[in-house]
Amino acid sequence: MSAFKDTMIITQRQLRLLTRVPEVLIFSTIQPVIFVLLFRYVFGGSISTDQPGGYVQLLMPGIFVQTVAFTMAGTASGLAEDMKKGLIDRFRSLPISQSALVLGRTLGDSLLNIVVLAVMGIAGYVVGWRPTSGALSVAVGFIFLLLFGYALSWIGIFVGLSASDARVVQNVSFIITFPLTFLSNAFAPTTGMPRALQYFAEWNPVSTMVAGCRELFGLENQFGATAGSFPSENPLLTSFLYMILIMVIFIPISVRKYKRSSD
Amino acid sequence: MKSVIAEDLVKTYRNGAVRALDHLSLDVEEGTVLSVLGPNGAGKTTCVRILATLLKPDSGHAIVGGIDVIKHPEKVREVIGLSGQYAAVDEILTGWDNLVMFGQLYHLGKKASIARAEELLERFSLTDSAKRPIKTYSGGMRRRLDLAASLIVKPKVLFLDEPTTGLDPRGRQEMWRVIEELVKGGVTLLLTTQYLEEADQLADEIAVIDHGKVIARGTSDALKKEVGGERLEIVVESQNIAKTMEIVAAVSGNKATLDEGLRMISAPVSTGATALIETLRSLDGAGIHPLDIGLKRPSLDDVFLSLTGHAAEEKIEEVATTERRKRAKK
Ligand SMILES: Nc1ncnc2c1ncn2[C@@H]1O[C@H](COP(=O)(O)OP(=O)(O)OP(=O)(O)O)[C@@H](O)[C@H]1O
Ligand SMILES: [Mg+2]
Repeated sequence: MSAFKDTMIITQRQLRLLTRVPEVLIFSTIQPVIFVLLFRYVFGGSISTDQPGGYVQLLMPGIFVQTVAFTMAGTASGLAEDMKKGLIDRFRSLPISQSALVLGRTLGDSLLNIVVLAVMGIAGYVVGWRPTSGALSVAVGFIFLLLFGYALSWIGIFVGLSASDARVVQNVSFIITFPLTFLSNAFAPTTGMPRALQYFAEWNPVSTMVAGCRELFGLENQFGATAGSFPSENPLLTSFLYMILIMVIFIPISVRKYKRSSD
Repeated sequence: MKSVIAEDLVKTYRNGAVRALDHLSLDVEEGTVLSVLGPNGAGKTTCVRILATLLKPDSGHAIVGGIDVIKHPEKVREVIGLSGQYAAVDEILTGWDNLVMFGQLYHLGKKASIARAEELLERFSLTDSAKRPIKTYSGGMRRRLDLAASLIVKPKVLFLDEPTTGLDPRGRQEMWRVIEELVKGGVTLLLTTQYLEEADQLADEIAVIDHGKVIARGTSDALKKEVGGERLEIVVESQNIAKTMEIVAAVSGNKATLDEGLRMISAPVSTGATALIETLRSLDGAGIHPLDIGLKRPSLDDVFLSLTGHAAEEKIEEVATTERRKRAKK
């Protein structure tokens, strides 16, 4: 019970940081909004699709997934910053549950994702995104996105605990997330890629997430590569398995690393 | 009763390449202040981190507040307060936010946390800046807030790692006053420092450490006696060195030493200013005009100079063991 309370206090701290530095929230939303505008109006014109409602319908799920994937960097660099400043030492010298700090941080970052996704959804609506599947499916889609963000934040925790400098952490997270989001079906059909990359893109969790969200928002996923493969036939199931896999691996190793973070 | 006991602590880093603690043993009597005095890299932080449950030693054991640090770290955490070498508070949050958060983490409950935070802010003269982010605090204010955070629940044993390093003289004075008050309140304190003056001011007992072991231990008076108290230092022209050394030896009653490069002659003196005047008179009588003359109070350097003089054999042995280890590896 007290472990739960400790976690909530840390989560509160994460949220308080947002109110103290509104820039974080502003920049975490401005960047994806810029992506929406860029792809919708700059590249969107040259990507041909027979999707009813236009390219923006296919684009938005891609942007959503990319956005939650990018918040991993914030989780990682925030934690690395705390480590460097010795704040982690103070937390670890308190009589509190040893996993409260990392747990609280992942929850706090998920709450940030809710806000960011809401802003993105509004931005999408303004530029013409209209999901056709009904409120319930759309809600399930967003829950899926949040879960994906939550799973990834554990990778962020691990990266943050492993590196010693917040800037390095930013770069490492970027190196992980950037290729993953572009070697996927998020912005363009994977059919244009070389064969080997197509396989990668097909099994890429970002692709399965994007495909899954498209399904939940009432679209047919036209951007998938070789039809008939397991991930492109069962994107939601595959994504779900990925999330479980990520958490099963990264939660225990992160918590262990945290407990031993200075030995 | 001993509130802190460390026995034979060994801690190495990088697979044994760096020996941060080398069979370090110390203890602190309940309600007293022990100052761990040592230069950069001596192992002060490593020692504090082990005692505060943040680090596991390779071998040896430690007991804090009657509880085994290695076996029951979670219980030790309930009785200690720690203020690390670098103020560990959330930069973005305000002083008030920080203290309330830590209070809640100590399970004080929201109301009690707020009350305690306000009390501590008041006591450390931070009330005016309570609602400002820590980023805007001066080094001294940050340090005070960090100390306040380690006092939220009255700890039985308090660890302060170089509490005044980086503070200006005024900040240091303020910090000393705060610490002195705490000690009056009965807390057992282990504090590390690089300044003999600080150890002198605050501690009942001093443990001098170097290369991860205690090389001397005692009250500050005892240590100073060992160092020889004040030293007289005179710089003269080369041709006057011999004569000056004679005079200094005569006045101080001790053997004078010479630093040839600086042309500085020095000797320990016990009579302070009187020795200075006497020396000046004798020099004047001999027609020697010193380029510089003064009394120097013993510093950490001096303690070390005199102590490592004692410990010279130990050093040689240490080199020998590293050599042996190297050979063993081959
Ligand atoms: N994480 C680490 N990895 C490798 N070596 C380390 C690590 N931490 C400390 N050391 C080494 O251990 C030795 C003791 O370090 P420690 O930080 O305890 O010294 P200190 O007395 O606190 O020094 P300072 O006055 O600079 O704070 C040093 O040689 C240091 O380089
Ligand atoms: Mg140190």
